[in-house]
Amino acid sequence: MTTTEFDTIAAISTPPGEGAISIVRLSGEEAILIAEKVFAGKDLAQVASHTINYGHILDPKTKQEIDEVMVSVMRAPKTFTREDTIEINCHGGIVATNRILQLLLSNGARLAEPGEFTKRAFLHGRIDLSQAEAVMDLIRAKTDRSMKVALDQLDGNLAHLVKSLRQDILDVLAQVEVNIDYPEYDAVEEMTTRLLKEKALDVKKRIQQLLQTAKQGKVLREGLATAIVGRPNVGKSSLLNRLLHEDKAIVTDVAGTTRDVIEEYVNVHGVPLKLVDTAGIRETADKVEKIGVERSRKAIDQADLVMLVLDSSQKLTEQDRALVELTSKKKRIILLNKVDLAQQIELPELKKLTGTDELLTTSVLKNAGLDQLEERIAKLFFGGIEDSQTTVMVTNARHIALLNQAEDALDNVLDGIKANMPVDLVQIDMTNCWDLLGEITGDSYQDELLNQLFSQFCLGK
Amino acid sequence: MEVKQYVSKTYDVIVVGAGHAGCEAALAAARMGNKTLLVTINLEMVAFMPCNPSIGGPAKGIVVREVDALGGEMGRNIDKTYVQMRMLNTGKGPAVRALRAQADKRAYSIEMKHTIEREPNLTLRQGIVDDLIVEDNVVKGVITNTGARYGAKSVVLTTGTAARGKIIIGELMYSSGPNNSQPSMKLSGNLEKLGFELKRFKTGTPPRVDGNTIDYALTEEQKGDEEPNHFSFESSDEAYLAVKEQLSCWLTYTNEMTHKIIRANLDRAPMFSGVIEGVGPRYCPSIEDKIVRFADKPRHQLFIEPEGRNTDEYYLQGLSTSMPEEIQQKMVHSIKGLEQAEMMRPGYAIEYDIVSPYQLRPTLETKLISGLYTAGQTNGTSGYEEAAGQGMLAGINAGCHALGKEEVILKRSDAYIGVMVDDLVTKGTNEPYRLLTSRAEYRLILRHDNADLRLTELGHQLGLISDERFEAFEAKKAAVAAEEKRLKEIRIKPNDEVNAFLASKGDTPLKDGVLARDFLRRPEVSYTELLQFIPAPEQPLDHRIIEQVEIQIKYAGYIKKAYQKIEKLKRMEAKKIPERIDYDAIEGLATEAQQKLKKIQPATLAQASRISGVNPADLSILAIYIEQGRIAKI
Repeated sequence: MTTTEFDTIAAISTPPGEGAISIVRLSGEEAILIAEKVFAGKDLAQVASHTINYGHILDPKTKQEIDEVMVSVMRAPKTFTREDTIEINCHGGIVATNRILQLLLSNGARLAEPGEFTKRAFLHGRIDLSQAEAVMDLIRAKTDRSMKVALDQLDGNLAHLVKSLRQDILDVLAQVEVNIDYPEYDAVEEMTTRLLKEKALDVKKRIQQLLQTAKQGKVLREGLATAIVGRPNVGKSSLLNRLLHEDKAIVTDVAGTTRDVIEEYVNVHGVPLKLVDTAGIRETADKVEKIGVERSRKAIDQADLVMLVLDSSQKLTEQDRALVELTSKKKRIILLNKVDLAQQIELPELKKLTGTDELLTTSVLKNAGLDQLEERIAKLFFGGIEDSQTTVMVTNARHIALLNQAEDALDNVLDGIKANMPVDLVQIDMTNCWDLLGEITGDSYQDELLNQLFSQFCLGK
Repeated sequence: MEVKQYVSKTYDVIVVGAGHAGCEAALAAARMGNKTLLVTINLEMVAFMPCNPSIGGPAKGIVVREVDALGGEMGRNIDKTYVQMRMLNTGKGPAVRALRAQADKRAYSIEMKHTIEREPNLTLRQGIVDDLIVEDNVVKGVITNTGARYGAKSVVLTTGTAARGKIIIGELMYSSGPNNSQPSMKLSGNLEKLGFELKRFKTGTPPRVDGNTIDYALTEEQKGDEEPNHFSFESSDEAYLAVKEQLSCWLTYTNEMTHKIIRANLDRAPMFSGVIEGVGPRYCPSIEDKIVRFADKPRHQLFIEPEGRNTDEYYLQGLSTSMPEEIQQKMVHSIKGLEQAEMMRPGYAIEYDIVSPYQLRPTLETKLISGLYTAGQTNGTSGYEEAAGQGMLAGINAGCHALGKEEVILKRSDAYIGVMVDDLVTKGTNEPYRLLTSRAEYRLILRHDNADLRLTELGHQLGLISDERFEAFEAKKAAVAAEEKRLKEIRIKPNDEVNAFLASKGDTPLKDGVLARDFLRRPEVSYTELLQFIPAPEQPLDHRIIEQVEIQIKYAGYIKKAYQKIEKLKRMEAKKIPERIDYDAIEGLATEAQQKLKKIQPATLAQASRISGVNPADLSILAIYIEQGRIAKI
């Protein structure tokens, strides 16, 4: 890439691991613009410099809320890098923080190189000469290490997949180029937008599959943050115990955390669940209702998956309704527990509240319906992909961002085709997709195209 | 016996070689106000076309327009001497449309020579330059084989294939420049003595046949266009030749028999017998090369092209070869339509010296010797247009150097010339370099229709574009802007007439009123059709203005994206690397990066970033090192 010096860069600036708060930092000309794209709250472009602003991070595509955050806006030049800087204070733990970083990367930021914030500070005259050597050492040392890490992360299978994607795109590009540079060359089929569309759709599907594994990949590394919520005495505690004991759960404390919170991991059909707020689950009934809801709200915020437990032997309470509402935007599984008892719950009303979400009937006590629950969990996260053993996992934030951008480029290809643009214009976005994929494997290299051109076609005039 | 030297005249600029690069270089330097000498081996071979009789085509045609917009001659000269004109890629987007002309070779050469003769500041002289006069790494002039010492402030070398040229036809091999002309045997050695690294390249040309012996009925005719088009922005539509006045090309194919003949005689092919050392171009392979590399192709296209009006000699485009003459004859006779053809000249391969282009700055000045410039095939390119483009840039910079003016660099986003020069000086080349549209990352910006918008102003600043032409250009620009503004202000209301028109195009009907501009954005709607529904402009617009309006409105989204990319890159282009930087002193650069940077000595951080093997960490370290130096000085 040639524009690295002036890209807007982003990174998680707090040490890895579970802290109460993590900070994602953005620096560069487009820092405010990019933050604005994923932020719901005040208009960051309008707020005064050096202010901190409350709001939420949303995925602009799905409108899904990621986290409740405080965003500091600091305009150049009075910042560390002397560029516009945004700091997002997030609360949702590693998973949410990573997702926020991911969103920023998908929306125009580039993952910062090691020491890059400091480097920019220096290049903009923020640090004096005596510190320059230290900065260079830092870049050197960190680059070597991070290159090794990057290489390790680019496992052979992923590289192979991306390379085969690129080769397929290259074939298309070469054909378009031949049509352009050798218009009288008769031995090659004219690349039409129809052919181009087929290719774009095919490549897009394969990229989406890779991105699908990204979700799984992260799940595998960090565990899927899971909250079990419900009002007291619906059977949360029993459910937890079932999951923990019956599935021979791995119970561990997370390495590298400073707090003495113990989080519990359960492996369900290959999906490691990281149970959030296990203390809350074990809470007894004598607590004030209000605190219960408040506590659940926090747990829900932190979770990627919510299991909402309702007692089917009783009528719906206000608290039940509140919890249904609170979890409505989350990936959730609703359990109608205690089916072994006489049914009291108002099913028609509940279905109205839950919409299309499937309701699972269980009896934790009698061990009924738990198989379906586990299958449901597995299905939610391995949706569509049969055999997770042989599937490549994309886990690196940079790779994910590049794949996301490559997918966007393909959307532009498809938009162009829809708008009846000529092939050679549509091809600009196809080339862009190819370049982005090349950044994953480290071979964005123009000569590749020419080599392809001249090895595939016998060209004259 | 030693030739006795004598001191002859002193010039501002001397150009060595009057091929397509040399002619542009000499004219540009002279027109900028420099007293200029153009020395060439043979005055009958000014702007000579030793290979194909055509100019333009994809990418190349855009370079011709760029040369024209800068005030160069190639566009005007071909507009005066073409025998056929065709617009290529008309079914594709605006970025890749390309004009190509078949030239009358003789007329082209004579016309260019006459233009040079009439140029007030320019002297044309026959001679062979054997050596350069260099003092303390500064060029001071040249010495010819007749002993003349000419002084100069700048020298441009455009030696083409004459530099230690060697022609090969089967087993026959002899020293020669293009088309049996005298080669330049001494200059290369002297360049090596000065410290330049030279390389050996190879190119080739096909046999020519007598048109009276071709059976045209067995071939397909390819006519010129009716629609008028010219290369030069100065040429008028009225001057365009009617199709019946144009000459046709003829299409035929090789066949199994041709291939059999070639395969049976590969042991006599210099390409494969190890005789040819030079590296040939992949994009213009000889027929024997095509048949070996693409063995399963049953036939290859051939174009039979006229060499001019006052000759019946025809050029067999696609049949470039260095097979023995006897075999060439058999090959030709195996081809449909050429069964009885008389071969007038055999094809041949030619090997020649080039100056490895990494030794140049983006101005085409050599890094080694101040005031010395090289252009064209000397720099490892192939093609008349590539040569002219470099000649233009080298001539401008040699002229600026002599005048003490600031030098000119064309960026990749400015022109195909910029793409080519940046490729050459940053990456070098391992084979004769040809421009292709795929080499340009901003090809939507580098169109042939807007070459004037990109470069006329620069040409005018340099004194290469007349005030009169510049005014016409400004008027065109204003007319385009005015019409774009007008279309932004007119509304089209949905009515039966509009919707019937849209329905006939298979397009969705209008529900609400739209701006004329947005109406034109519909891919099916042309500007002329739009005029049915809105008032006509006060004065009817020239088709070149309409073309601009259409392109700028229809492709606005893509164009905007490209400009955003360019804008980002501009900042890196602005980060200059000091010329005397000591790469050995920079700790922490990867070894490969250090070696490459030392060799190529990029002028800016952007150029450094395009060198393969220089990674972002190296760029960071380089940026910091430069900044350190800057701070230390304060």
